[in-house]
Amino acid sequence: MTHSLTLRASVLSALIFFIFVATWHLATSGSSSVAQMDPEYAKLMGLTATTGKSAMPGPLDVGAKILEHLRAPFYDRGPNDKGIGLQLAYSVGRVMLGYALAVLVAVPGGFLIGMSPLMSRALNPYIQILKPISPLAWMPLALYTIKDSSVSAIFVIFICSLWPMLINTAFGVASVRKEWLNVARTLEVPPLRRAFTIILPAAAPTILTGMRISIGIAWLVIVAAEMLVGGTGIGYFVWNEWNNLSITNVIISILVIGLVGMLLDQALARVARFVTYPD
Amino acid sequence: MSGFKNPLGDRTLRSGCSCGAHASQSEHERACTAIPDSAADDSKLYGRLVERALLQAIVPNPVQRRAFLQGVGASTIAAALASIFPIATATEVFAQAGKPEKPDLKVGFIPITCATPIIMAHPLGFYTKQGLNVEVVKAAGWAIIRDRTINNEFDAAHMLAAMPLAISLGLGSTPIPMSVAAIENVNGQAIVLANKHKDKTNPKDWKGMKFAIPFDFSMHNYLLRYFLAENGIDPDADVQLRSVPPPEMVANLRADNIDGFLAPDNVAQRAVYDGVGFIHSLSKEMWDGHPCCAFAVKNDFITQAPNTYAALLRAIVDATGYASKAENRKSIAEAIAPSAYLNAPVTVLEQVLVGTYADGLGKVKKDPARVDFDPFPYESFAVWMVTQMKRWGQIKGDVDYASVAKQVFLATDAAKVMKEMGMTPPAVSNKTFSVMGKPFDPTKPGEYAASFAIKRG
Repeated sequence: MTHSLTLRASVLSALIFFIFVATWHLATSGSSSVAQMDPEYAKLMGLTATTGKSAMPGPLDVGAKILEHLRAPFYDRGPNDKGIGLQLAYSVGRVMLGYALAVLVAVPGGFLIGMSPLMSRALNPYIQILKPISPLAWMPLALYTIKDSSVSAIFVIFICSLWPMLINTAFGVASVRKEWLNVARTLEVPPLRRAFTIILPAAAPTILTGMRISIGIAWLVIVAAEMLVGGTGIGYFVWNEWNNLSITNVIISILVIGLVGMLLDQALARVARFVTYPD
Repeated sequence: MSGFKNPLGDRTLRSGCSCGAHASQSEHERACTAIPDSAADDSKLYGRLVERALLQAIVPNPVQRRAFLQGVGASTIAAALASIFPIATATEVFAQAGKPEKPDLKVGFIPITCATPIIMAHPLGFYTKQGLNVEVVKAAGWAIIRDRTINNEFDAAHMLAAMPLAISLGLGSTPIPMSVAAIENVNGQAIVLANKHKDKTNPKDWKGMKFAIPFDFSMHNYLLRYFLAENGIDPDADVQLRSVPPPEMVANLRADNIDGFLAPDNVAQRAVYDGVGFIHSLSKEMWDGHPCCAFAVKNDFITQAPNTYAALLRAIVDATGYASKAENRKSIAEAIAPSAYLNAPVTVLEQVLVGTYADGLGKVKKDPARVDFDPFPYESFAVWMVTQMKRWGQIKGDVDYASVAKQVFLATDAAKVMKEMGMTPPAVSNKTFSVMGKPFDPTKPGEYAASFAIKRG
């Protein structure tokens, strides 16, 4: 029964994909009527204006362009023109750096907050205020104070992916079962050992959930940050192609951004499976 | 070196090199790349160069100069010149323009045709000719390019001509002394309206419309405001002006978010190319020869690396001179179109640079001066922009127009470099001009700013 369910699900997925692409193709293939033009004038105009070709590219255009990108994903022609694979590598590198910094701060910080009700009460208002701030709002401030655009981008990832991890870690640590802590106290386990052998494994699933939310946010942030800062990365790629009004490339980058985001999320989900325990 | 063997030997009429100072292109190149190997050679070489420059300044007409030289003799003239002009001192000053202190540079740009000289200097080798290894870096918007220049991430940058004035005055940012080393382009902007406004060509009907401008501190903003105000429309009360980065303007026009824009090219032509708008008028029709974008540097950079600055300025002036020639425009369009630079269709760039363009209403128009390139930063340009800042309330209180202009627009430096590159800089740095028929006297900026019917403050 489960086997047939997976099978039916994938058939349905394929069907949805097919219907989507077909609708897309039909919607973009039709050409609207255009006024007659002087040939000399027409030579100076774009296809949208001369043939009434839809400004939106069809699935075939996108497919052809994807093949073109796949053929040379890692070319490097100077600072303003790099292959899409290279751009992705830059973005993933930035995300990893900012995210690793956030983990380094959020997990110990969350422990501290979770273990001390006083700290938890005292810091709560700040965390609640800082948490919902959009990455783009941090950007001007970061640029102004850090005075370096690539460090600013990493800072923005850091600051935006910090909060979910911090809150989840604190919550996980605070809700470790009282009985377990009491047992540890009876056995006179020293505090450091208690933190590592009892609280950490107990809170790990919650911490991992926080990390999973954060990596999603970090990946959302990088595109926006790179669009602003420019230079390298998939966000810059989107911006540069928008500049050229190349919707085809914008669609491709949307696909790629979604794909990489999914991979990052799945990687953390796999890690999370290792640390979950039956209650 | 052979290019310097006979310094007073004059340019012959069959001269074939690009700067006109050498007998042939190969000789010109050798002269440009020649690196003297000893100090003694250096001073001799510079001495001869200075002598030649002096003679060119005294007798500018090459035919007359040749006749003069043949009649009197080169050495006699050199001796006579030395007695009235301190050639030794001038040689010393010139010789200091030696090796750049910092050959690896980053120059920021925004992908529009205004940046043509800055960009094309890279693929066409104008930077390497001056011994510089320049990386041209695309930036996402004017505020970003400002911040990255202030933060020393860029050694120099493409800015809107009004930005260095605003930054130096501390408008919209902390005051940082910044200079306009050269103007990039003159003209090269256009008012574009959405296709649905085809029959609203009279600006008096534009009440209630939404217009986009690239940045608050820009010639675009001042020209559009001027144009609207001259037509009886108050740009603050009757229409909405929005600051939108140039690349996003066409998308906004297509989405019906704005009714039109005054934008730099290639954005204006791109709107026509994509069939979303038409060119209402070129900014040239308001003021022929108005400045648009500038090559800006921080004053710190000039004082810390004077030789690098001089070499960079030579490269830019050289490139601007090259771009000003109509016959080079087609090849420039191809050189700057790839995605590393402007990332735009060659057809669009060609229409802008060559000046044979579709107007969006079905006609092909011809105007070779639609965009032009002239590096000289007239101080009167700066004075005019400051009067408009004052007029629209960006500057509150009193301002010393002339001294701001002199500090920010480095006309003397540019003139010197233009001479070195064999161009003729204008005699006065304070030329007068008129905008939409109203004459502007740069010596009376206060009265000018106060003379408008529609103004703030």
